Amino acid sequence: MTTTTYGFTELPELMGLMTGAEKHGPAATSTLDVLWVLYDRVLRVGPERMEDPERDRFLLSKGHGPMAYYAVLAAKGFLPVEWLPGFGSYDSPLGHHPDRVLVPGAEIGSGSLGHGLPIAVGTALGLRAQGRLDPAVWVLVGDAELDEGSNHEAIAYAGPAGLDRLHTVVIDNSSASHARPGGIAARFEVAGWSAETVDGRDHDALHAAFTTPHPGRPRVVVARVEPKNA
Amino acid sequence: MDTMRDRFAPVVTGMLDEDPRVAVVLAEIGRDGFVEATRRHPDRVINVGIREQLLIGAGAGLALAGMRPVLHTFASFLVERPFEQVKLDLGHQDVGAVLVSAAASYDWPAGGFTHMAPGDVAVLDTLDGWTVHVPGHPDEAETLLRHAVGAGEGKDDKVYVRLSAHSNEQALPVDGERFLTVREGRRGVVVAVGPLLDAVLAATEGLDVTVLYASTVRPFDSAALRGATDAAGADVVLVEPYLAGTSTAAANDALAHVPHRVLGLGVGRRELRRYGQLGEHVAAHGLDAASLRERITGFLR
Repeated sequence: MTTTTYGFTELPELMGLMTGAEKHGPAATSTLDVLWVLYDRVLRVGPERMEDPERDRFLLSKGHGPMAYYAVLAAKGFLPVEWLPGFGSYDSPLGHHPDRVLVPGAEIGSGSLGHGLPIAVGTALGLRAQGRLDPAVWVLVGDAELDEGSNHEAIAYAGPAGLDRLHTVVIDNSSASHARPGGIAARFEVAGWSAETVDGRDHDALHAAFTTPHPGRPRVVVARVEPKNA
Repeated sequence: MDTMRDRFAPVVTGMLDEDPRVAVVLAEIGRDGFVEATRRHPDRVINVGIREQLLIGAGAGLALAGMRPVLHTFASFLVERPFEQVKLDLGHQDVGAVLVSAAASYDWPAGGFTHMAPGDVAVLDTLDGWTVHVPGHPDEAETLLRHAVGAGEGKDDKVYVRLSAHSNEQALPVDGERFLTVREGRRGVVVAVGPLLDAVLAATEGLDVTVLYASTVRPFDSAALRGATDAAGADVVLVEPYLAGTSTAAANDALAHVPHRVLGLGVGRRELRRYGQLGEHVAAHGLDAASLRERITGFLR
């Protein structure tokens, strides 16, 4: 396994190992900045901490277009860069949707939309029940993924339940066919969440939004990026 | 006599007191039984409201965080409504949970088909690695619940416990794994599942048949069935309190090495569209002793 360390500027090169090109579709790049800021500056995780119950959890619910996720995991040493060119092949652990059983660092397997946020709710409940009040639970969903009713069950429950270690990042690339009435953040706010909408390409704005205190309430950050079909 | 469902909350409350890894997740149904437990363990008795997808997803998250979740609601809403969550949030994530259902196939006939789930075990049969307990008596339900929650060293097993208002008069010493031999004969084998044992025993009174009792149907005790057919011949009748034929494939697989015949009896596939009482539904599906005797003797002659 390579010991080279990678920064944000090397991520396109790592993604190119999977796609054979350094230009990538919106589904793959819409999450890139958010993932990097989380793994580089926010999450208290690392390859050596995956068995540590006190680690932060990051759940990629939007499992579509996971190249950015794999690139960040490789850059941070969770998986060997040498795995990236095999992306999607029979012998590769890296599928077009991630599998937690196969991918080091992946907390859940995803692909079918609408599963990550309910699982994150349960993870937050489980940590709280064990008195582990320190680990943060993060889940990344897409704006169109919020159409899934299972997410609304989780949003509506987590606010009144006061799950303040739960954090959701919504990547908003305007891909939902029927835009959410009142906007995405409003949907969370009415359910008692702390909410903020920021430029999803602005690392400092993302970092500030990710680290804003939100006592007693779960937190959602809506990260706006260029529209999928623009 | 109390029902299996009456045992659920007291037994699980005891396990909440004993084992800090146990958590219960409810979706409104059954919450009255956990009032005291909720007071004692507010972080481990969780009512998510009428949200069955969240019920399963949250259970999976609890398991990922190291807990042993017990998830409960009516069978229709536990297995059928959030089926993809059962498949992916538990199976695909490679974590376990104990699913405990009530209402079974026709426990509340006046409630109609919306609250009936005769297909639950067949649906779970499309997934790998599930243990399915179908107790036939409240005492067996208690034993099997304890077995389910404590299953395996890592406590990550996927277990379904199907509690029914339908019950036999006497409990048998079930172990969460094996079929029990209740009667021995030479002219065929009848496998009675859970609450249908009394009817099967009455139906086979005086017949020269072996009766096996199954309160754990998955994994299917193939060795017990093969052993029984060695002495009684390979004509097998399965009598199940859910969709007819649910275990026919399992029995066929167990007997693949010998010529055999299998008759699968159980709840009919066609929606009955009747209300009434539990006993009336048992009879309508041909699962009362008189109907069973006619069908069993017709097959085994």
